[in-house]
Amino acid sequence: MSEEREMITGIEVPIYLKYHFTAGEATARFLSQVRQGKLVGQRCPSCNNVYLPPRGSCAACGVATTEEVEVADKCTVESFTIVYIPIPGNPIQPPYVIANLIPDGANISFIHLLSECDNDTVHRGQRVQAVWKPQEEWDYAMDNIRYFKPLDEPDVPSESIGKVPVTGWEV
Amino acid sequence: MKDIAIVSFAQSDCVRNAGAKNEVELIMPVIKSALGAAGLSTAQDVDFTCSGSCDYQQGAAFAFVLGVDALGAVPPIKESHVEMDAAWALYEAILKIRMGHADSALVYGFGKSSPGELPTVLSQQLDPYYLAPLWVDTVSLAAMQARMMLDQGVMEEADMAAVVARSRRNALANNPHAQLKGEVAVEQLLAEETWVSPLRKHDCCPVSDGASAMVLCTVEKAREWGKPYAVISGIDHRIETHNLGARDLTRSVSTEQAAAVAGVSDGAIEVAEIYAPYSHQEIILTRALGLGSETVVNPSGGVLAGNLMMASGLSRIGEVAQRIINGDIKRGLAHATSGPCLQHNLVTVLEAA
Ligand SMILES: [Zn+2]
Repeated sequence: MSEEREMITGIEVPIYLKYHFTAGEATARFLSQVRQGKLVGQRCPSCNNVYLPPRGSCAACGVATTEEVEVADKCTVESFTIVYIPIPGNPIQPPYVIANLIPDGANISFIHLLSECDNDTVHRGQRVQAVWKPQEEWDYAMDNIRYFKPLDEPDVPSESIGKVPVTGWEV
Repeated sequence: MKDIAIVSFAQSDCVRNAGAKNEVELIMPVIKSALGAAGLSTAQDVDFTCSGSCDYQQGAAFAFVLGVDALGAVPPIKESHVEMDAAWALYEAILKIRMGHADSALVYGFGKSSPGELPTVLSQQLDPYYLAPLWVDTVSLAAMQARMMLDQGVMEEADMAAVVARSRRNALANNPHAQLKGEVAVEQLLAEETWVSPLRKHDCCPVSDGASAMVLCTVEKAREWGKPYAVISGIDHRIETHNLGARDLTRSVSTEQAAAVAGVSDGAIEVAEIYAPYSHQEIILTRALGLGSETVVNPSGGVLAGNLMMASGLSRIGEVAQRIINGDIKRGLAHATSGPCLQHNLVTVLEAA
């Protein structure tokens, strides 16, 4: 009489691979300057758009970007979302606002947190500025900026979002 | 059915470590160069683009999407990707053109293998129930294959060393992008210690970073552009089971089948570029392809001189196409492989117009 065996319905096979990841030459230059408290993007020689953070190419033109351009830490809200669901491992407690922000002097947005704001009145075109960590805590990372907070400036109209010069928004 | 022409090819140097460069920074120069040689300026000048890469190599999810930043991929671009060697991206582009959905295409492949431990990373391409959990690396599997060949007497260690010596010599003479090249005698190679027995280090292709790119189109389009070209007269690919125990590892049945369909034996083969990551695999493949002494095998040195995972297969095709475009030869074949122990093989026959 053969022994009854329990059917195997699943196996656990953890995968663990180790990598020495590199950010890319353009991004590495960007992060070195973030370490110094500066936001430095790159300009496309073909369409003149300034990218931040730079990837080394203009995604629209497919050409290398080499000219470095320092942009402001004042930004315009291009779009945003209010997060109500806690994300495991994320220390930030909901509800919080994440936004696509376009710095003055750049043309493409990056994502960061908005805080010190009324979540219900956050809006597209709103003007915000970076709140930096103390200098001694700066590292090669965008969270040198704790978050962005609203500025007391008039809104940027839709058609001008992404076209604000590095000198700032003047009505 | 429309005849398809390869009009240009470009490949980067094979380097052990491309440093900080990301995928975009690896791809952009070869795309620029391939487009330029075809008389084009941007990816918008072709009807279709397709890339080949594998995110596991650099350990970055969606690296293939980020790679598109090198193109200028804005609408109405038609863009696609294969998680395979770019030789299969070429195959997709050929189907696209033959179906009449495009007249021209840009194909590129890139690999940044230096961030990880490639032989171990590649263990994850094995079947997920029996082999991948054992973490069998590609070098060990190739060593097992070589051992079977030695035990069956279908080759000797000196035959393997002869493949390596010829690769190094050809790379020195013909391949400015090679990572490994030089004059080395068979006796010298055999005097070295084994690494994963019976393989010595030099029996294994090096780990390389880099990219390659190609422009292809209908023959009518190539004439319109006024560029010299090579015609793809046959292409086919076949795959064998993932169960290594069910395969005869000492031969490559899938290569034999693909070669027959691609029409390899319809004429003399002057040059064959073969994707053989291990020296003994070149012996298996030259037999499977039915090549004799009239064929020059791997004039570039093949991938023993530098292996851009996910671009090397496309580069084999490019190497042969370039020789036809330059007017050096009239007919040649290129082979690409994928998977452990030559599991999946693609054969392309190229001819002068
Ligand atoms: Zn541009």
